Amino acid sequence: MQLARVVGTVVSTQKHAAFGGATLLLVQPVALDDQPRGTALLAVDSVGAGVHEKVLIVMEGRAAGEALGRKGAPVDAAIVGIVDYVDVQE
Amino acid sequence: MQLARVIGDVVATMKDEHLSGIRLMVLQPLNPAGEAAGRTLVAVDAIGAGIGETVFFVRGKEASFPFHPREVPTDAGIVGIVDHWNVEPPLASKP
Repeated sequence: MQLARVVGTVVSTQKHAAFGGATLLLVQPVALDDQPRGTALLAVDSVGAGVHEKVLIVMEGRAAGEALGRKGAPVDAAIVGIVDYVDVQE
Repeated sequence: MQLARVIGDVVATMKDEHLSGIRLMVLQPLNPAGEAAGRTLVAVDAIGAGIGETVFFVRGKEASFPFHPREVPTDAGIVGIVDHWNVEPPLASKP
């Protein structure tokens, strides 16, 4: 899993039926110091995350489908948690 | 999934039989600002997207799921057409 920041929302009327009413959010993966890392991507939201929140995402198809709770959904990323805080002890 | 613009299509007469009848589109991935980001790729179209449209696509085996039970040999597929998207400016960091 990876840490990411929710940076935006996406509206799509015409999409695969397996998405149903799932929310699509634009998330930017971040490093432990909160700096952006890599390209922003779209993730389905299964926990009710909002813009600006730090979240935990999975970037693998099977895990994302399970998070969405729908078998055979064509998804490859999902938000699976809202991060309260990260504690790193070096 | 990632945002992308459909910038073309691919016609291939000789191809895997499981790809027959499926449109192959050329995608340019976009960053949240709507600028080209990363390499172009070819994706199967499960949704009926047209050239010039903004879409989102899925990578990996899941790209073949919309064609179930057909086992389509693909690693990328368009799964939605984007009406619009909105990027919020970051909050000012607290002291």
